[in-house]
Amino acid sequence: MRGLLKHRGALAGTVLLLTVLAAALLAPVLAPYDPARVPTDLAARSMRPPGREHWLGTDLLGRDLLSRILYGARVSLLVGLAVALLTAALGAGVGLLAGFYAGTIDAVFMRLTDAIMAFPTLVLAIAAVAILDQPGLLALILVLAAVQWTAVARLIRGQALSLREREFVSAAYALGARDLRILVRHLLPNCLAPLLVSTTFGVASNILAEAGLSFLGLGIQPPAVSWGSLLSEGAVYLTAKPWLVIFPGLAISLTVLGCNLAGDGLRDLLGPHPAG
Amino acid sequence: MGLLAFALRRTLQLAPVLLGLTLIVFALQALALGDPVRAAMGQRGDPEVIARIRAEYGLDAPLWAQYGRYLARLLRGDFGRSFRQQVPVADLIVERLPATLRLALAAMGLAVLLGVAAGVTAAVTHGRLADLAMMTVALVGISTPVFWLGMMLILLFAVTLGWFPISGYGEGDWRHLVLPAFTLGGLHVGYIARMTRSSLLEVLREDYLRTARAKGLREGVVLLKHGLRNAALPILTLIGIGLGDLLVGAPLTETVFAWPGLGRLLVAAAANRDLPVVLGATLLFALITVGASFLVDCCYVVADPRVRFAGGRR
Amino acid sequence: MASFDTNSDLLTVENLQTYFFTDAGVVRAVDGVSFRIAPGETLGVVGESGCGKTVTALSILRLVPDPPGRIVGGRVAFEGTELLALDPERMRKMRGSAIAMIFQEPMTSLNPVFTVGDQIAEGVRLHQGLSRRAAWEKAVEMLRLVQMPDPERRVREYPHQLSGGMRQRVMIAMALSCGPRLLIADEPTTALDVTIQAQILELLVRLKEEMGMAVMLITHDLGVIADTAQRVVVMYAGRVVEEASVRDLFANPRHPYTQGLLDSIPSLEKGAGGRERLKAIPGLVPSLLDLPPGCRFSDRCHLAVPECRAAEPELRQVGAHHRARCIFA
Repeated sequence: MRGLLKHRGALAGTVLLLTVLAAALLAPVLAPYDPARVPTDLAARSMRPPGREHWLGTDLLGRDLLSRILYGARVSLLVGLAVALLTAALGAGVGLLAGFYAGTIDAVFMRLTDAIMAFPTLVLAIAAVAILDQPGLLALILVLAAVQWTAVARLIRGQALSLREREFVSAAYALGARDLRILVRHLLPNCLAPLLVSTTFGVASNILAEAGLSFLGLGIQPPAVSWGSLLSEGAVYLTAKPWLVIFPGLAISLTVLGCNLAGDGLRDLLGPHPAG
Repeated sequence: MGLLAFALRRTLQLAPVLLGLTLIVFALQALALGDPVRAAMGQRGDPEVIARIRAEYGLDAPLWAQYGRYLARLLRGDFGRSFRQQVPVADLIVERLPATLRLALAAMGLAVLLGVAAGVTAAVTHGRLADLAMMTVALVGISTPVFWLGMMLILLFAVTLGWFPISGYGEGDWRHLVLPAFTLGGLHVGYIARMTRSSLLEVLREDYLRTARAKGLREGVVLLKHGLRNAALPILTLIGIGLGDLLVGAPLTETVFAWPGLGRLLVAAAANRDLPVVLGATLLFALITVGASFLVDCCYVVADPRVRFAGGRR
Repeated sequence: MASFDTNSDLLTVENLQTYFFTDAGVVRAVDGVSFRIAPGETLGVVGESGCGKTVTALSILRLVPDPPGRIVGGRVAFEGTELLALDPERMRKMRGSAIAMIFQEPMTSLNPVFTVGDQIAEGVRLHQGLSRRAAWEKAVEMLRLVQMPDPERRVREYPHQLSGGMRQRVMIAMALSCGPRLLIADEPTTALDVTIQAQILELLVRLKEEMGMAVMLITHDLGVIADTAQRVVVMYAGRVVEEASVRDLFANPRHPYTQGLLDSIPSLEKGAGGRERLKAIPGLVPSLLDLPPGCRFSDRCHLAVPECRAAEPELRQVGAHHRARCIFA
């Protein structure tokens, strides 16, 4: 009964994610208007509430909100996925090395991550953005990866630390395998399951981080559009034109919910310590 | 081993972390070297003036010496001067800190209270409708962006219902605190509820709860005294980690509610490229996080005697 | 089913049925169990693990985890009070005061975050309304009674600071602190070292004499029963298969399962030659979800004939105070 419910949740999450992904990819087809099109008619350059012509209403310049959300999905998802992949690669690499070699490397690693993790991630990202002075999309992705990788690295280090004591590692050594081969052929595959789970949750927290930064005006800059920047634009009119805030926020919430559901499901499916 | 000895030992362990995080802030500062002065002076800054300012800020010495001087200044409570406002960063921080602490404590208190209550309810009604409902709400809660939740709360409770003010600090009036605290704590209600539930569910299977029932204790005493006390460690751990996460939301929540705290100071300074303020506020956020997890560690010792003795042997 | 003279009994269990409703099906952990205990008597309840001994004990205290377990039928009377009909609050007040229980695992049955003294005093304060201080003194006194070395110091310690034997002494002290008329001891020595086992049993026997309570001693080890109990109930797959006085049972076991259990006890006299091999009962305890038709022991019984599988035998009188559930008995 519970298992079924769990898996139903995972299924719902996956469907939700795929829907959002499809919507983002097909934005040019699906979007009813050009997201940047400002009506030539001056009277139409106003924030219109959701209606038959504009399902989710229009923004300050009369641009169609639904179209902007669809195009915004591309940036938000791109950042979420790119940061998650970078984080997974960096985290797995550093984590494996620290866990496998233990000793001094590990001690330095632990102190470093201790120090980085003392900073609330968004605070560190804000500081980095301030120093970089209006970073572009790529720089933004790098900044988010730089503040998010430590948790993944810690997780993989823990896995590697326990794996290196296992028989198959000794067996591989006995057969004359070298460190690199053991790392890549024996440890890495056994870390993939937890890595996959944490990456799924990671996409959620990256999307939230990007949205937060953009909301504060420190992330995606116009004319580019992300869900966070839409919220940033709409926040000013919160009380008068609430749809400008409600719909982009719903888009974020549903996507993050999808990631969390899928992550919960994956974790149940793969077990908390699939290698152990 | 007593609490005091434990606290002392933990303090010593903190040293490398503190060193590490000041090093990170210093590295960020060094990374931005030169540019901030130019940025503060504008594009047409006179090179001589820039050189003088660089000397004034100690930016011409070797890095390790700069770090040493940086640490020494920090220990004196000197966080540098704001480029924009020409006042000590420390003054700005001291001015803003109380509002942030007040908000964070209220938010955490709320999150712990609601989260534990929801988690216990869910665990006790395990597998039934109330459990499912609680956990669904918790999941939706942790999937909602902090600042969006804040704006939705404003729409509902301030604009539509008019129960609470829309924003502002309100001279410390508690009504101004309610919505920001719910916003900042909302995420953690979900986390704490989920952790309380799973941790308590594990404890509910323990033999000593059967012993407690066999003693004739009331079910409430069995759950809350014998059960929750044993489930407390993971919850405490989460609260410790959570305070860091909670502070992630501080810049966002403070921005949404125009709350005059450290987070808004940081955001404004970042927008203005007032780097000394950015770095000072960043460092302070880290110090608060470290301090909070230190306090939580001390709570461990109180909550679970096994930690105390394990710690004593090591 | 014979009806009992309830008046002279301390505890009467009649046709008790406790089922577990699991995803795989209904597990009839206790399936029509009847027995009685007289005041001051020690009744041994014997059987392999999974035969329903512990669930029977938990059913008496109404502590069967629900869900998935539920008492679906039968009656349990204690001093004439129907326990199964009691409202939850009055039932709760019986636990720990009139009927106390000690468990198999002293390692996990004590709460790790409270001192030993707190845990003993808690029940005393609850049932006897003693002040915090008086209850604490009572805890020290109880620890002394169970021969805990250095009770004034130990009372302030946490369970993880004590050895297994000491923890079981704490459990006993806790159970006896409110002077129960019935003590249910569920495998009290199984988890302990052999040398400690004897000490704990000896302690139980002595305390029972001193305090005049009845004991329901649950064990898988007939050897434990021989020295401590007056009567024995043998359980198999949720059923009582034999009931007799200890002397009768050892001298003249009537059920093949009981005979098998007796053969598997290492005997000092016989074992002196060092040659005789212990006979284990062949086969495994059947799954309660998939019981053989007829006699539940028929799959493992060397006497089994087709008749055994046709219908389950009744528990019938085979001697003065001796009953067995076997057509050959």
